[in-house]
Amino acid sequence: MAEGVTTIRAEIGAAVWKITAPAGTEVAEEEPVLILESMKMEIPVLAPHAGRVLELLVEEGQQVEEGQPLATLRR
Amino acid sequence: MLGPVLIANRGEVAARIARTCRRLGVECIAVFSEADAGALHVTTADRAEPIGPAHPRESYLSIPALMDAARRSGARMVHPGYGFLSERAEFAEACARQGLIFVGPSPEAIRAMGGKAEARALAEAAGLPCLPGDPGADQSAEALEAAAARIGFPVMIKAIGGGGGRGMRLVPSPEGFSAALAAARREAAIFGDDRVMLERAVPSARHIEVQILGDAQGHVLHLGERDCTLQRRHQKPVEECPAPGMSEALREELGRRACALARAVGYVGAGTVEFIAEAPLHPDRVWFMEMNTRLQVEHPVTEMVTGLDIVEWQLRIAAGEALPFRQEDIAWRGHAVEARLCAEDPARSFLPSPGRLARLRLPEEAEGLRLDAGIRQGDTLSPFYDSMLAKVIAHAPTREAALEKLAVALNGCVAEGVKLNAAFLAAALRSPEMREGRMDTCFLEAARKRLLDSLTKEPATP
Repeated sequence: MAEGVTTIRAEIGAAVWKITAPAGTEVAEEEPVLILESMKMEIPVLAPHAGRVLELLVEEGQQVEEGQPLATLRR
Repeated sequence: MLGPVLIANRGEVAARIARTCRRLGVECIAVFSEADAGALHVTTADRAEPIGPAHPRESYLSIPALMDAARRSGARMVHPGYGFLSERAEFAEACARQGLIFVGPSPEAIRAMGGKAEARALAEAAGLPCLPGDPGADQSAEALEAAAARIGFPVMIKAIGGGGGRGMRLVPSPEGFSAALAAARREAAIFGDDRVMLERAVPSARHIEVQILGDAQGHVLHLGERDCTLQRRHQKPVEECPAPGMSEALREELGRRACALARAVGYVGAGTVEFIAEAPLHPDRVWFMEMNTRLQVEHPVTEMVTGLDIVEWQLRIAAGEALPFRQEDIAWRGHAVEARLCAEDPARSFLPSPGRLARLRLPEEAEGLRLDAGIRQGDTLSPFYDSMLAKVIAHAPTREAALEKLAVALNGCVAEGVKLNAAFLAAALRSPEMREGRMDTCFLEAARKRLLDSLTKEPATP
């Protein structure tokens, strides 16, 4: 992985409910990049630091496993 | 005649409804999605019908799929359980169109109580005290800010289309209002409706609800209250009956209010009227919140204390039977407490924990100890469905004994493969706040760290 690029991973098994910051979006630290849904709870996946969303590795509706990469973020 | 009953639900509640059907000798039919083909609730019914893919939208929330299953199975009645379609008027209507008996109130009663602002207006008209509030007819920031000033702080901003705590913001003072309004709107907009309403917030609140039964002949009575004060993520993991500190006079008064609202909407079936209260309990400090037009998750505590089977009376009322008992026949014996066992991790702010239950040990039923379970060892908990996998209910002559009985039962639970909240809830039941009846709606989240610490120090003793 290139320097300054962070991979954001799923904390738990879930479905991707909504993508709130598509590729190219500038996000602030702790701003949601996407929202997962698991066991009837919506779980926002927050940017660990400010930056630009490089790539979304999942689509809305897709099921993801715990630890699966969801998006990459450049500082 | 009762049945055959199609149970339009899954998991714990489906198995619980099947249990009453079996006791009454009424045939029941389970439904299952592709993810649930081997699920426990399927084995508890007499027969089962497949209804589609794992995603609830295509199975448990699909009215056409459920109507097809009802037709294929020859069911005459449909019990919706709770969650899923249980409070959807269109589902009740679809049942009626197909000549099926929907086990629940009329579509009109479901609709009347379904909207927060409309329900509040009906309750006020029926003479139920409500908190000062604003229905949000004018959604401009200026109008809402003026309304908040009129209502008085602290104020609660609530998404009109919300539920489960979505789009809710507590605003302690005027300075924080506009930022909180923007945040609540953003959150509510994700769910497709950014309109909000306002209500005075009650600091240190208790949640008290009253169970009612109404029959088609027009008799309405109440089965007393439940205390559902403990919350996490705006959802209740522990409930009890009776409410600590409840006097007979106040029970009668709240029962009177709940029955008045039920009569006002021509309610037929089992329903629950929720109130918010400020401790110490007093008639002037209890306000109407909302009405749930279905069976409630926590109904077993009322069943254990009154000796009535609420699901049985739902079925009998739906079939047109009149209630054979009156208000003065209802008696409350002892104290019951329920804990909801959920696949979640209290150490990670109650984050859900789906996965395969490689090992599972739940309490065995005994005198005064009831288990309503929807899973067994080896099952997989799908991210598509609710995290609640079972409920444990303890009944004893005193509140103190019931709390301890439940704590002991919870500490005997073992799960491997998913995180379980059992030991955490046991610690909450043994906290001084719970024992002394001093808990409020903020207690569980505020005391989370302390309760977790007590677990790591003394894993299985008080």
